Amino acid sequence: MQELLLIAVGAAFVNNVVLSQFLGICPFLGVSKNVKTAAGMGGAVVFVITIASFVTGLIYKFILGNPKILGGELQYLNTIVFILVIAALVQFVEMFLKKVMPPLYNALGVYLPLITTNCAVLGVALTNVQNGYYEKGVGIGLLTGVVNGFATAAGFFVAIVLMAGIREKIEHNNVPEAFKGTPIVLVTAGLMAIAFCGFSGLI
Amino acid sequence: MNITAILLAAAIVGGAGLFIGIFLGVSGKKFAVEVDEREEAILDVLPGNNCGGCGYAGCSGLAAAIAQGKADVGGCPVGGASVAGKIGEIMGVDASASERKTAFVKCGGTCEKTKSEYEYYGIKDCIMASQMQDGGAKGCAYGCLGYGSCVDACPFDAIHIVDGIAVVDKEACKACGKCVDACPKHLIELIPYKQKTFVQCNSNEKGKALMDVCQVGCIGCRLCERNCEAGAITVNNFLAHIDADKCTNCGVCAEKCPRKIITVRFEA
Repeated sequence: MQELLLIAVGAAFVNNVVLSQFLGICPFLGVSKNVKTAAGMGGAVVFVITIASFVTGLIYKFILGNPKILGGELQYLNTIVFILVIAALVQFVEMFLKKVMPPLYNALGVYLPLITTNCAVLGVALTNVQNGYYEKGVGIGLLTGVVNGFATAAGFFVAIVLMAGIREKIEHNNVPEAFKGTPIVLVTAGLMAIAFCGFSGLI
Repeated sequence: MNITAILLAAAIVGGAGLFIGIFLGVSGKKFAVEVDEREEAILDVLPGNNCGGCGYAGCSGLAAAIAQGKADVGGCPVGGASVAGKIGEIMGVDASASERKTAFVKCGGTCEKTKSEYEYYGIKDCIMASQMQDGGAKGCAYGCLGYGSCVDACPFDAIHIVDGIAVVDKEACKACGKCVDACPKHLIELIPYKQKTFVQCNSNEKGKALMDVCQVGCIGCRLCERNCEAGAITVNNFLAHIDADKCTNCGVCAEKCPRKIITVRFEA
């Protein structure tokens, strides 16, 4: 239990997916113009990453990383199979939500299909494998993977909402001409990354 | 690595692809949401400019609203009667032919007819200019500033600055209302396309003050109001207003107007 908690805090803050691993930068910069859309994107990412880490965990555990199949040699297929599965999963989730939960579908809107191209999703699936979470038993391994996925996505949510809040303030500031637009956003992102370094002594 | 490993890898990736393909195909059928056929048919008929003149986010928004019965079949101001008719056929209702409208700029104060108070060297933008002293450099605080915010707003290239005031090209105008929102002086209004008699003034200034700055402004003398047989003209706040429903375009008001600010254009 304590270990899970440590993994969660570590994934959300210490190794924040955006600000210290530099994954998922495209939506972080692209959809952070105002807090509302940023929260929408963050919510959709949390939703998809949590499901994706479970499904990719199943696939790794029973097919690609299974020692009974060629002694686990098929791990080099991780990336390509995970991409395939995540893209299909996003499609399926979209169809499913449209039919079963139209309000949620409308709330997530255009951000849901955009997640297909979010490298953070693939990043979490691969990190789960690299950190050896699945080496433990089936149940605890999958649970660890899902917790790690959820916490990573929560970290993404925090980062993108913070960024959007700051950008909304920047709108009203007198930014020098040369820094207007993307440059000032990148500078801000860099400063946020330094600030998040403060968490590194936490664990 | 031997040949079995290669075949197995190909089988796994291929199998995953095949499985996902079938799975998505089946769930696509299973979770298909019934889209109203009429909605797509209506979307095909609509102009597709996504101008937002109807008040919805775009043509698809209006199509959905019409299909659900939330919007009128003539909801598209751009498409006019022809589109309304086609949508009416799709929806199976009689299209109450919505009247074609056009934008009209209520100012006739060209460069030579209206005085300027000072030289404005700022950004060529009406909203900017209207923030300056006395609501812009123009002598008349109600008149067209002529910096073309409406021109920028128009998606159909139907409004242009001619001789210091905005002029609407009646044929090109689709009455989407973008210019109406863009004008900081609220000078532009939508009038029926058939309307031929106009009051080209928006000033609530009293007679003397207005005559000092503009040669063509309405001074509120009420001559038109008294002479109008149809009772279509009312003068409020020193400004004549024509009720398009009552106006017969007889032209009496234009003859009587001492300032020649009411104009009748039969050719247009």
